[in-house]
This record gives sequence, structure tokens and C-alpha cells, in this order.
Amino acid sequence: MTEKTNSTLAAGAATTRSRLRAGFIKRDLYGFAAIVIVAAAGYVLFPDNLALLTRIIAIALLVLSLDLVTGYCGVATLGQAALFGSGAYAAGILSAHYGINDPLLMTLGGIFAGAVAGLICGIVMLRAHGLPQLVLSIALVYLFHEFANKASSWTGGSDGLSGIVLDPLFGLYEFDLFGHTAYFFGVVLLLIVFTLLRIVVRSPFGMLCRGIKEDPVRIRALGASPHKAVIKMYIISGAVAGTGGALSAISTQVVALDALSFTQSAEALVMLVLGGTGSLFGALVGTVIFMLFEDFVSAANPFHWLTMVGALLIVVVLFAPKGIFGTVQDLLSVRKNTTGETRP
Amino acid sequence: MQTVFSIAVDALAYGMVLFVISIGLSVTMGLMRVVNLAHGGFAMIGGYIASYVARDLALGYGLALIAAVVFTILIAIPIERLLYRRIYGQPELTQVLMTIGITFCIIGIANFVMGPTLKTIPLAPSLQGSADLGFRTIPIHRLFAIACGLAVALGLWYAIEKTNFGIKLRASVDNAAMAAALGVRTEIVYAVSFAAAVGLAAFGGVVGSEFLPVEPYYALRYMVTFLVVVSVGGAGSIPGALAACLLLGAIDTTGRYLMPEFGEFFFYLAVIAIICVFPSGLAGRAK
Repeated sequence: MTEKTNSTLAAGAATTRSRLRAGFIKRDLYGFAAIVIVAAAGYVLFPDNLALLTRIIAIALLVLSLDLVTGYCGVATLGQAALFGSGAYAAGILSAHYGINDPLLMTLGGIFAGAVAGLICGIVMLRAHGLPQLVLSIALVYLFHEFANKASSWTGGSDGLSGIVLDPLFGLYEFDLFGHTAYFFGVVLLLIVFTLLRIVVRSPFGMLCRGIKEDPVRIRALGASPHKAVIKMYIISGAVAGTGGALSAISTQVVALDALSFTQSAEALVMLVLGGTGSLFGALVGTVIFMLFEDFVSAANPFHWLTMVGALLIVVVLFAPKGIFGTVQDLLSVRKNTTGETRP
Repeated sequence: MQTVFSIAVDALAYGMVLFVISIGLSVTMGLMRVVNLAHGGFAMIGGYIASYVARDLALGYGLALIAAVVFTILIAIPIERLLYRRIYGQPELTQVLMTIGITFCIIGIANFVMGPTLKTIPLAPSLQGSADLGFRTIPIHRLFAIACGLAVALGLWYAIEKTNFGIKLRASVDNAAMAAALGVRTEIVYAVSFAAAVGLAAFGGVVGSEFLPVEPYYALRYMVTFLVVVSVGGAGSIPGALAACLLLGAIDTTGRYLMPEFGEFFFYLAVIAIICVFPSGLAGRAK
């Protein structure tokens, strides 16, 4: 009798697990398809504006990396651009000073530099909590900024790093003036990173990080080390941000000090909270909406765009406190629940 | 020797200006637990009003100072009622988003109303020139800034340690719910301290306009400095904020005098070092 119940239970658990996994994979495929469709639509609708679209992808990688530490580990930071800029400068310096012009090698360089910067920032950031932590992150990004400004023989200082030359991708696809190759390169990078991150955040390690965000004391009591896990996540986040930085260096062929600025970090945080923290889709949605809004408003009315952006932020806090993606998700699940369906 | 002396005077005056502006932020942060990134915006509004009164209406420096404090508080009251009320007790990220939004709006509106140029606040004749100490001369304005800082520190110390209101304020900082249960009208305490914080910010913005020139991006440019000072000092502590302002003012001024090409490198290095050693600020209580 008990054996029978046990086996039914086990079978039930197995079906639940496989159903859960099927649900995850289904949502992954939806997300993957959504990115492809949006990317294709952008390509068809704005063929003259591919530079902006590529920039959106690079910033989306930055916001995704910020989501990993802020949304999943609960570390509030206003200094994420330090990792992004490290990746951008590493990719740029490889080409400008060492003559390594292969875009894939440059991207790898960016990933590595971003991960190292992530390790450094992670170790420093975890010394404090709350407001002092926020201030540490600001101090870090300023330190990176001043350092890059001072080391002008390597970074070009405030003039920016120029002289980046690119070999064709795989020896086949030339980086053209209109940015077609750079755009496709960016979309493929984003798809790879997105898929890998979906796996990471769903893994036991990703769950551990979510647990740390909820209650670090309890996680420690369960025998895991929050400190180690968050630093690991910081390294992953640095790699993702470095990818974004490398993409921006490759697509614009110049690296400016802005890549390391506090303003860039603050904007990234704003985009993340706008979209919704703790969800990769939220990060993407927030980036696209904010960047398009900023582009549209600053073109329409250059005098008032900052006021408009500010008003948008206030409206989001007042009416969509979970971010745009989180609020839409809530609305949808409410509707599903009222029609008697359960969420997969 | 000459250099050391002038660095010391400048550092002291700069530190005092930082103190006057950021002490309000420190008190509201300790009291209401709001990460108020818009605080610099209120200092900037004060500077603009003073510039308008003193330069365009030519009504004199003293009146400009009073008008700046009064009108900035009047502007801040509806903002507190309509916007800040909603974010008390919310997560930090929400507060950051809201207050950055308010800062952007303040910058945009200031840019539109007052124009993108730098605004000066003409000093009163008695504050111009320099005072002769016998062996050195000091610009009188520096002395005035230092005196204002000391007066604010003393006044706040008296108000918080010796008055009835100060007792209620300290009780609310320590435990707002318990203070409310014991009959302290915490919402009045909140409102009064918010108004005082904004008024002090405006006051500091006017007095410090020689160090931190008034222009639309003021709110964003010095926001970080104020935040850094508060967190190094420990939110809610007056002696901590004073110590942090004098220390960081000294480091910043010395760095600018002796190694201007390094910019703010040493300032931020010092900040990281201090926070790593004192994670909750110089005078912060461990949580």
C-alpha cells in the first residue's frame, strides 16, 4: 500500500518536474522567438538606424548583467558600467595596441576583462550593505573612470580610444558602414547570452542566489556561503557586461570615457527597474522601452527630454511599482486566474 | 607654508559647505530611511532663487538668503506630500528610481526656466575682499562659510539634544513605531525635519555657490558627493557627518591643489578605504 503510494508520489513528482521543465523550455522558446521577431522587425522597420539598434543590444547586455546581481542577488549597485567599460576598453586596446583585429577574439578579451572587473568589484562591494554599498559602487565606477582618464597612453583619455580596425567576421563578413554585420553579430551574441543566462538562473546555483536575496541568514544556516555565491554571480555578470562593452567597441569602433561613467550605470539601473527586476525579460523590455523613449523624446524636443524621462520614472514608480514587465505579467495572471485556468 | 595655510582654509570652508548641505540629507535618511537623490536639486533651487533675488531684483544678499530658504521649502512641501509620501518604507531601488526621476525633472525645469548658463550670486559688500590676520589674509567669504557651518552644527546640536522636539526626533529615528505608540506624532516630526532638511540644503546651496557653482546639472553633478558624505559619516549622525565632511573636504581640496591631473581619484579611493574599514560609516551603528 505504502509502496504503491510512494511510487505514485514519485511518478507524480517526476511528471510535475518534467511538466515544469517543459514549461520552462516553452517559455525559453517564446523568449528566443520574441527576440528574433523584435530583432527582425527592427531590421525591417529601421534599416537606416541600425547603429541605434546595435547600441540598444549592447546596453541590453549591460542591463542583463545588472539584473544578475541586483535582481537575482539583491545587491543594489550604481556602478555596473565599470564592468561594461572594462570590456569595451579591453576589446578596443586589443585592436588598437596589439593589432588583434578578429572580432571574436576581441569579444573574448572583453568577456575576460569584464569578468576580472566583476571579481574586483564583487569583492569590494560585499564589504558593506545597504546605503554604504550603493556608495561603494559609485566610488568604484568613478575610480575606474579616473583611472582610464589618467592612463591616456593606453585608453586615449578624454579623447576616447580610436584606431580600432576590424577584420571580417569569420573572414567572410566585412563590417560595413551601415552596420549590417555589427547588428547581426549583436543579435547572435544576445541570443547566445540570453539562452546561457536562462540556464544559469534556473540552475540550483541561480536558485541559491534568489534565496540569498530573500534571506541570507537562512541560506547561511542551511550551510551555503552567500558570499561565495554572490562573487561567482558577479564574475558571470562581469562576463555578460564585458560582452556588451566589446560589442559597443566593435560596432562603433571607438571607446569613449562615457562607457565607464556613473551616468551610464544610473541609466542602466533605471532601465532595469523600469522593466522589472529579477526577470531577464524585464531587463530586455526595460532597455528597449527606455532607449527608444529617450531617442524619440530627445529628437522630438531636445529641451524637455530630461523632464519627460524624469516624469516617466515617477509615473512608473507610482503606477507600475513592479516594473513594466512585472505589472503586465501580474495583469495577465489575474485574468488567467479569473477564467479558472492555472498558471503553467 | 603659504600653500598649506590656504589649502587648510579652503578645505575647512569647503567641508563646512558640504556639511550644511548634506546634514539635512543625513537626518532624513536616518529618520525616514529614504535614499533621497534629489537633495542636491533642492540646494540648486535655493541657489537659483538667491541669484534671482540678489542679481535680477537687486535686493541684497541677506534677503536673497532668506528668500531662498523660504521659497525652496514652499516648493518642496507639495513634492513631499504628493511624491515622497508614497515611497516611505519602499525598497531602496524604488526610492532610487523615484528620486532620480524627481532630479531629472528639476534639472529639466531649471534648464527651461533659468537657462543653461551659470548663475552667480553677488555677495554683499561686507563679504567681499579679504580679512587681514596680521600674518595672512583670508577671503572674508571663506570665513563666512566656516561660520555658517559652525552655526548650523551648533544649532542642530542644541535642537536635537536639548529641545523637546529633539527628543521626539531621536525617538523616531531609533524606533518610529514605538515612538508613535508612545504618542509622538511621527508624521509631524517627519514633515518638520523634511522641511528643515530642504531649508538647510537651500541655505548651503547659496552659501556654497562659490565652491559649487549654480547651473542646471548641479543636482546631478554633486548628488554623488552629498551621498558619499552621508554614507561615510553614517546616516543620521551629526558628529559623523561633520567629521566626514571635514575629512573628505580636506582630501578633495588637497588633491585638487597638489595633483589636479588626478581629478577625484584620491577622493574616491579614500571613500572606498573608509567604507571598507567602517561599513556603516564613521559614526554609524552596526545593524
